[in-house]
Amino acid sequence: MSVYLDNAATTKPCEEAVAAALNAMTENFGNPSSLHRAGLNAQLIVDKARKVIADSIGAERDTIYFTSGATESNNLALRGASSAYGRKRRKIVISSVEHASVEETVADLESKGFEVVRVAPREDGRLYAADFVRECDENTCLLSMMLVNNETGYILPVKETFSFVKRKFPDIITHCDCVQGYMKLPLRVQALNADLISLSGHKIHAVKGVGVLYIKKGIRVLPIVTGGKQEKGIRSGTESVPLIAAFGAAVEKLAPTIQERYESVSRLKQYLLEKISAVDGIAVNSPDDGSPYVVNISAEGKRSEIMLHFLEQKEIYVSSGSACSKGQQSGVLGQFGIKGKRADSAVRISMTAETKADELDAFAEALHEGMEKIRG
Amino acid sequence: MKEIVLVKYGEIALKGLNKKTFEDMLTKNIKRRIKSLGKFICTSAQSTLYITPDDDNADLSEVVDRVGKIFGIAALCRACVCDKDFTDIAEKSIEYLSDILSCAGTFKVTAKRADKAFPMKSPEICMELGGILLEKFPNLTVDVKNPEVTVTVEIRDTNAYVHAENIKGAGGLPVGSSGKAMLLLSGGIDSPVAGWMMAKRGVHIAAIHYVSPPYTSDRAQLKVEQLCEKLTDYCGGIAFYCVPFTELQEAIKDNCPEEFFTIIMRRLMMEIAQRIAAKDNCLALITGESVGQVASQTMAAIACTDAVCRIPVFRPLVGMDKTEIIEIARKIDTFETSTLPYEDCCTVFTPRHPKVRPILSDVEKAQNSFDFEPLIQKAVENTEMKTFNYGG
Repeated sequence: MSVYLDNAATTKPCEEAVAAALNAMTENFGNPSSLHRAGLNAQLIVDKARKVIADSIGAERDTIYFTSGATESNNLALRGASSAYGRKRRKIVISSVEHASVEETVADLESKGFEVVRVAPREDGRLYAADFVRECDENTCLLSMMLVNNETGYILPVKETFSFVKRKFPDIITHCDCVQGYMKLPLRVQALNADLISLSGHKIHAVKGVGVLYIKKGIRVLPIVTGGKQEKGIRSGTESVPLIAAFGAAVEKLAPTIQERYESVSRLKQYLLEKISAVDGIAVNSPDDGSPYVVNISAEGKRSEIMLHFLEQKEIYVSSGSACSKGQQSGVLGQFGIKGKRADSAVRISMTAETKADELDAFAEALHEGMEKIRG
Repeated sequence: MKEIVLVKYGEIALKGLNKKTFEDMLTKNIKRRIKSLGKFICTSAQSTLYITPDDDNADLSEVVDRVGKIFGIAALCRACVCDKDFTDIAEKSIEYLSDILSCAGTFKVTAKRADKAFPMKSPEICMELGGILLEKFPNLTVDVKNPEVTVTVEIRDTNAYVHAENIKGAGGLPVGSSGKAMLLLSGGIDSPVAGWMMAKRGVHIAAIHYVSPPYTSDRAQLKVEQLCEKLTDYCGGIAFYCVPFTELQEAIKDNCPEEFFTIIMRRLMMEIAQRIAAKDNCLALITGESVGQVASQTMAAIACTDAVCRIPVFRPLVGMDKTEIIEIARKIDTFETSTLPYEDCCTVFTPRHPKVRPILSDVEKAQNSFDFEPLIQKAVENTEMKTFNYGG
């Protein structure tokens, strides 16, 4: 039995998504921009997915723009909004725990003359809205925060921060990378107060290669890809109808069950924590009130990569997180106060509602064995 | 802490004995619009409707957003429910408003004491609560003229309510309270705006659209359907009639002088519209015409079109400039869809030199040179109907 516990990295596409993609490849393969019926049929597929995704976040259909994935969405959001609004206002505020697609993009903007402020968690490992508000000023054009941290599952105070900031500086553009929260936590654009939201297909049982950027009405984002003016000129390039169809189908399936899946995954997390509390030398890095879908632990004295490969021999797949690669410590875990050997030995388990208790049993057993067998 | 949405009636608060009918209609419209957001209890008292969420997951910001588009409402706000006791009001105010007050610079407190039995008078409430909030939030100073935040305390029948944001409602009368009318919806910028304006006066809208394949495309019809969908945000459910118009347009081209193409086409459209209107109990037609905008909208042309109409034709945009119309189209979010570049039937066979001041007898003579009646009947018979409900 192979046990896949790396769902924050990617998920298995659901049957509905595969069927929708297949249909768009075999039956409705037209180019949505073609004027004839075959083109229109393809466009209708894209429109339907757009509507389903818009409804799932409480947005209007024409605020949804398809991209090649969340990395592109984040790039488009940050580069596109900073070119539209950053001519005079040259400051960008982000959290210090962002995904590389935000952090690296902002670093690039920094090298091009933007001032970047990275707000870090306080000693208790938590971020505070007030800390963000303090850094924002008239000179700030952009504020970007992720909804759920991909390494620990920590839920950032996005809602509070954005509503504070918007009240004080309505001109600041707010961007939220919702990749690890979408279809897992309730997400409504109204309540979140976000102008821009990035979503990914393959984290929610759709397929790789498709993402979405939500752009609130009236917010300008300049394109980073130019061409045939698809997606209202914001993202040129023929729409990938099969991938978009798959994205829509997965959302249609998952959207009605966010609450019940949350509850069942919360029970799984609880079960997992109980199981591993019986294993000596395990410390839990994820906060209690984080997203239950991600559990980050440290196996004292055992380097992440070695543990990962040990588990892999038993066909159990977890992640060393973006935590620690080739001896480099995770910057992000360090931000949360998880440093040194503890960060070196971090392992991320990420679940879905389909994860079974006996899979967690197998993991806990293998972890226990690893703790005994692996030489520090 | 319990949060609700307070909805203040617009014009219907001034109605007399039939006020209840209007109230019921508004309540029905609101209930229908927020049904998909969770369970809510709607009650009304003192020209105010209270929307109380009945489950914890209800998203009130979305309720406010949706209800803000419903006609018949002057203002609305989210508010915190307090006991009619000053200590409770003060405690809840601090908790409920801490988000907004902790990052504001200036504020003031206003009080409305609908229940005169409440021991403190309005100015007293303002002073006391103002003092407490000042002490609690040292970042604040009082500014009664131009405050960043206005904290409002309302002492009403059963409870007191505290809120800090008053959102302007859509105004007008509840949709349905003025009967039903048929909107001629072309897909351009004007007609959706005209529909919205009549809905604002309580008119329940049905829509009629003419298609002329192969001169017009499926996409053009799709665009109009999308406009219908957008309008349901404001107008509620819309019955959408799609009339096959190719044969009639070809017959006009083959049998009538070119200069009258548009005017005869419009007369035929009106004729078909009122026949379908009669079937659907519509009491009037609505168009997006504005005097002088194009050749078919001069007064003389409108007179020629109206000559075939047996029911009133409302033209709410008649005195508006294009820029004013566009402003509303943007506000109601139909502009972007309206400007998608698909040919509609109005632009098929456009005459090079249309008659700007047509004379009715000339138009009638030109039209009578061909018997359109069988084609009109056929078009009416083959008209397809679709219903658009709120939320697509």
